[in-house]
Amino acid sequence: MSDSQSPLRPPLITGDKSLGDVTRDICAPMHCKPTGLWWAGFLVSLAALILGFTAVWYQIAVGIGTWGLNKTVGWAFDITNFVFWVGIGHAGTLISAVLFLFRAKWRTAVNRSAEAMTLFAVMCAGIFPLIHMGRPWLAYWMAPYPNTRGSLWVNFKSPLLWDVFAISTYLLISAIFWYVGLIPDLATIRDRSKPGLRNRITSILSLGWNGSARTWHRYETVYLLLAGLATPLVFSVHTIVSMDFATSVIPGWHTTIFPPYFVAGAIFSGLAMVTTLMIIARKTMRLEDYITHKHIERMCLLMLSMGCIVGLAYGTEFFMAAYSGNAYEQFVFKNRALGPMRWAYWTMVTCNVGIPQLLWFKSIRKSLPMVFVIVVFVNIGMWFERFVIIVTSLHRDFLPSSWAHYTPTSIEIATLAGSFGLFFTCFLLFCRIAPAIAIAEVKGAAHLKKHAAPKSVDAQQIAQTESVSPEESLTKVT
Amino acid sequence: MTNRVLLATFDDDEDLLAATTAAREQGLHIVDAFTPYAVHGLDRAMGLAQSRLTWVCFICGMLGALGMLWFEHETAAVWWPIDVGGKPWDSLPSDVPVAFEAAVLLAGFGSVFALFAVCRLFPGKKPTNVFPRTTDDRFVLVIDEADSSFDLPSVRQMFGEFNVIDVEERVSDGGSIL
Repeated sequence: MSDSQSPLRPPLITGDKSLGDVTRDICAPMHCKPTGLWWAGFLVSLAALILGFTAVWYQIAVGIGTWGLNKTVGWAFDITNFVFWVGIGHAGTLISAVLFLFRAKWRTAVNRSAEAMTLFAVMCAGIFPLIHMGRPWLAYWMAPYPNTRGSLWVNFKSPLLWDVFAISTYLLISAIFWYVGLIPDLATIRDRSKPGLRNRITSILSLGWNGSARTWHRYETVYLLLAGLATPLVFSVHTIVSMDFATSVIPGWHTTIFPPYFVAGAIFSGLAMVTTLMIIARKTMRLEDYITHKHIERMCLLMLSMGCIVGLAYGTEFFMAAYSGNAYEQFVFKNRALGPMRWAYWTMVTCNVGIPQLLWFKSIRKSLPMVFVIVVFVNIGMWFERFVIIVTSLHRDFLPSSWAHYTPTSIEIATLAGSFGLFFTCFLLFCRIAPAIAIAEVKGAAHLKKHAAPKSVDAQQIAQTESVSPEESLTKVT
Repeated sequence: MTNRVLLATFDDDEDLLAATTAAREQGLHIVDAFTPYAVHGLDRAMGLAQSRLTWVCFICGMLGALGMLWFEHETAAVWWPIDVGGKPWDSLPSDVPVAFEAAVLLAGFGSVFALFAVCRLFPGKKPTNVFPRTTDDRFVLVIDEADSSFDLPSVRQMFGEFNVIDVEERVSDGGSIL
């Protein structure tokens, strides 16, 4: 019993495509030469990546002193960037796993690139905890293994260690979820490709997939299980990241709102980044029939709801501080809005709460350039949110004699640019070598009807072939 | 032992579903079906039992969680307890995040490796497509002709009612039906 699609619902794939068309359209960007636009983006990203790599090399060789940190502000760009990138990764898992559990069929056009985005974002995120250690070459000490230091074990009570396990698990599970989803598509590419390197690589990686329904049955089970595992994983990973701050004692950090606040913010920022990539991808790879206006519309509505939750969280924080009567907590919020770093705070509020309100208006949601501008602002705002939380809470805490200012050095800015470079380089390469849309999933969700007759045939022939409809065939059997 | 099989090719998933249901109702022995995507309801039409991989996932998850909890307890409370901020040696609440992550990791990887093992998927396996377009836009139903009461013309006619594109007979020598 196949589920039928209501005729009132706009089609998932526009343009009256057949199954063969879907395969051809999605595989096309992998075969044709990269466009000038792709090269421009790739070279800029590569340049940023090389700049960041140089900055990181210099910083590891010379020391953390090359950053603008001081005793008061011990964490700034490093952890801001870490939380920023982990947050971006979470939207990919939301689209893949959570929307799968909700049976939202529209996710099939965006989930492949969203998951790829997650992988690259988590890779970028993982760089920062590594490089922010004083001795990154000893990073392996974070792993619990029997050793010659008396067998000194790691401190399982520390959120910083929970982070190690959470981020590693998140990276590995995202990778396996992405790969398992890719296997049928790799088989499709294998069967279409002529003998050569592409054929050999897809043959190996597709594990001999042949479309057997028995295998599909087990595969769908495992996919559902992975989605069911990835969903609590998303929530747990960003909760654990928030615990890095929440388990401390500093006003502005030590608050129980952080776990849901961080998760909502992560999903918000991640959706903005996915939408940015979607708008670019659909245009440059000519996938407008697959990543339709309806998809962008739904992403906008999700972002709007998440943005409202984030705004509510800001308000709650402020209210709790005011209501608590705790002078230190109240000071933190006064300082954020009115102190020397108020420019960062008001950037954050404008970009995260103010600008997304434009998404209430359908005319704005329908305009892709407007949506693109809004999501870029959201990304900027969410970076500033983490910056505000970390730096403004640190730079003026309990003891006024410890108060200090913070200014980033060129090394830190270059490292941030480098992380964007790594992310976009990886994503642009992904668009060239892998199908950017999940071919099998989008076919399964779109309920494409086979063409009754070729379009060039005259009306009488079409009437004759359409006279035997599937419904009539079914009644004949029973 | 040679085996004759019948391959019925369709270009629409609903036709395949209806044909599979009809074939099963007629008592035909379905070897397998090949589709470019997971057709909703096909497993029920073929009479496939629910997969036991869910149990593998659950057991691996439990092993991960309990194993990690044991490890955390041993390191922090038995092998070398270290006083960090006066916190108790064996604190179950603080053990939960890492144990949860280990559970998810083991459950995920366990299920996937079990899937590969059960479906015999491994790198370097030669593709065994019965029909080249089964990964593109064709749906194939494979029926076993082993039953002596198998009547080819009536089966062909039945498939014809479901807009079958092609009906082909093949002989398999106990191995593949390529």
